Amino acid sequence: MTKLSQDRMPILEALNQFKQMRVVPFDVPGHKRGKGNRELTDFLGERCMSVDVNSMKPLDNLCHPISVIKEAEELAAEAFGAKHAFFMVNGTTSAVQSMVLSACKEGDKIILPRNVHRSVINALILGGAIPVYVNPEINHELGISLGMTLTGVKKAIFENPDAKALLINNPTYYGICSNIKAITELAHEQGMLVLADEAHGTHFYFGENLPISGMAAGADMASVSMHKSGGSLTQSSFLLVGNEVNPGHVRQIINLTQTTSGSYLLLSSLDISRKNLAVNGKEIFQKVYQMAQYARDEINQIGDYYAYSRELINGDTIYDFDVTKLSINTLDVGLAGIEVYNILRDEYDIQVEFGDVGNILAYISVGDCQRNLERLVSALAEIRRRYKRDKAGMLQYEYINPEVVVAPREAFYAEKESLEIHKTVGRICSEFVMCYPPGIPILAPGERITREMLDSIEYVKEKGCSVTGPEDMDIKFLNVLKEGY
Amino acid sequence: MELWFTESHTPSVKFSIQVDRQLYCGQSEFQRIDVFDSKEFGRFLTLDGYMMLTEKDEFIYHEMIVHVPMAVHPSVKRVLIIGGGDGGAIRELTRYPTVEHIDLVEIDELVVEVCKKYLTQTACSFNDERVHLHFQDGLRYIRHCENDYDLIIVDSTDPFGPGEGLFTKEFYGNCYKALKEDGIMVNQHESAFYADDAIAMQRAHKRIVESFLISKVYQAHIPTYPSGHWLFGFASKKYHPIHDLKAVKWNALGLKTNYYNTRLHAGAFALPNYVEEMLRDAE
Repeated sequence: MTKLSQDRMPILEALNQFKQMRVVPFDVPGHKRGKGNRELTDFLGERCMSVDVNSMKPLDNLCHPISVIKEAEELAAEAFGAKHAFFMVNGTTSAVQSMVLSACKEGDKIILPRNVHRSVINALILGGAIPVYVNPEINHELGISLGMTLTGVKKAIFENPDAKALLINNPTYYGICSNIKAITELAHEQGMLVLADEAHGTHFYFGENLPISGMAAGADMASVSMHKSGGSLTQSSFLLVGNEVNPGHVRQIINLTQTTSGSYLLLSSLDISRKNLAVNGKEIFQKVYQMAQYARDEINQIGDYYAYSRELINGDTIYDFDVTKLSINTLDVGLAGIEVYNILRDEYDIQVEFGDVGNILAYISVGDCQRNLERLVSALAEIRRRYKRDKAGMLQYEYINPEVVVAPREAFYAEKESLEIHKTVGRICSEFVMCYPPGIPILAPGERITREMLDSIEYVKEKGCSVTGPEDMDIKFLNVLKEGY
Repeated sequence: MELWFTESHTPSVKFSIQVDRQLYCGQSEFQRIDVFDSKEFGRFLTLDGYMMLTEKDEFIYHEMIVHVPMAVHPSVKRVLIIGGGDGGAIRELTRYPTVEHIDLVEIDELVVEVCKKYLTQTACSFNDERVHLHFQDGLRYIRHCENDYDLIIVDSTDPFGPGEGLFTKEFYGNCYKALKEDGIMVNQHESAFYADDAIAMQRAHKRIVESFLISKVYQAHIPTYPSGHWLFGFASKKYHPIHDLKAVKWNALGLKTNYYNTRLHAGAFALPNYVEEMLRDAE
């Protein structure tokens, strides 16, 4: 078989051919190319509905690809420099979970930083792996957690030589990268698999002068959110596999939880976006970088805001920085990031990606234009003019090193009771508490609840963060393990 | 042969002018620019197919956007015009000897070039030594101004396309900051008649009210704009547009105008009931 070139889009081509065949549908989906649901078709458009179809011979099958999906996966693998690429339609969450479940069985240890996305810890609940946390360092001025230190990783590996895998954020939500190459080498020396959570790093594979990608650093698996910087539809994603991993095994793991009715809207969006990045990625991310840099320079001229970048690089916990990210510290304005986030939306009709205690993140992509950047910068200038106040009383973000008393899975399924939140100090939590976004848990199942954790939850609630996770939607009660644990 | 320029005022209403010939067609970084000659309206300029001005009725717009604030503020020296690349507002302003400095911030340099060449009726005062041109985004320019101007004239296109940023809260807030303590801002305020224009009008009004203590709306009759009934915003930190009208002083200047006079000034702020109601809803 001749190798396809990167400007081909096998899934898109198959769908276009399929439309021309005018096949009479006596199969699902029941809307039958949109005719059975006029309102939905008016809303989404006939072209969209006509390709919302089921797996069939000319279109291949996501669970067992042998033709066009297989070709598209091979093209994606080549574009990302991977041995194999899986098309994921259950979100990057499912890619992360499949990665962890492929590497670890019940009781296996996995080394990871605690500032991971909740999907990672969810995978520990599903599969029963035991977390070994490497404390991320903190930048106190900015109030963000950073990457893992090399010595911290070394120590964790030395103390847990039996760990099966190591997971690394590349980069964090804020754009911070650890020394993934050196960490990967350390882990490989001990025979551990390296898993890269690249939910925020798709562009590393295509842009120039960006941090190294997981696959290039030698990672064994990587979860790549194509729908973030890659431009595909929400919920679509790639799971990449490197040399040391058996793709057949990973496929079986994916098929444990992934839908058997993979959406061709999502699949074709991945195929088209991969082609676009492979062909135009370099220019696209150059433009994104220029826009982010322009906004950064303008924002830093306003005063009090700090839009940070590569000047933070310190050779270890900030080994590299993703310059396409526009992360802005707001503390010197006297406002929490989440307050600026809310003012931008409520008063200026500007939605940024997230706000935390001290920062906001504005997501810049190829879809942005100069005019909108001017609006963001001007709105930030106005917010400072109108709201600037003394920063006294602002809570400094502190990373709270959690004490993991019980493995997440055991804690999740253990006998538990619901207590008023202020009565839970010292108890073991059985659920998550986090701000969403960014979705990094303040508390995870199996961790001991401390006074400072509760203060932190109280503070972010008061500032207006959307706190999620617990069964009690108002977060007045927490589920904790019954006494005796 | 019949050649017609047609603009959709709503999806089901069209406005057409018979064209004698097309004089210019060009595409800038921001928009498509066309200039036509017509029998009824003389030369006219369109941007992205939307009517900007005709030689026959532009006097109404430009007199109303300039003389209304100038008759209220006793001593305007420094003026900022955002948009206004056709030069009409500059033409009216440069008639005042007391005006010392005019900054015109236009995003699209090609608009000014084209107007200088084809629309000399409005673009006739760019060479006045008080006029300073800046080709950049208005939102970006004004971010750096503080306590700088006596009068800001927002002579923008519609709030879709390049003019969008000039209908936002961050823009009006920055205008407030750029004005001196007795400064005035006037702006092109869309129309209340057709639904889509009315939504833009209400949004703009809401945003201005949030930024300025005094915020009033006045009207004019402009035949080539959708519905022919057009609104302007008058926002100020200090002066009321009617109570502080200095009619005697303005009339003493002896400026000859075709539309504006100081009796019409007061009348222009008396709005139809349905418009008043829309403004109240927005507030």
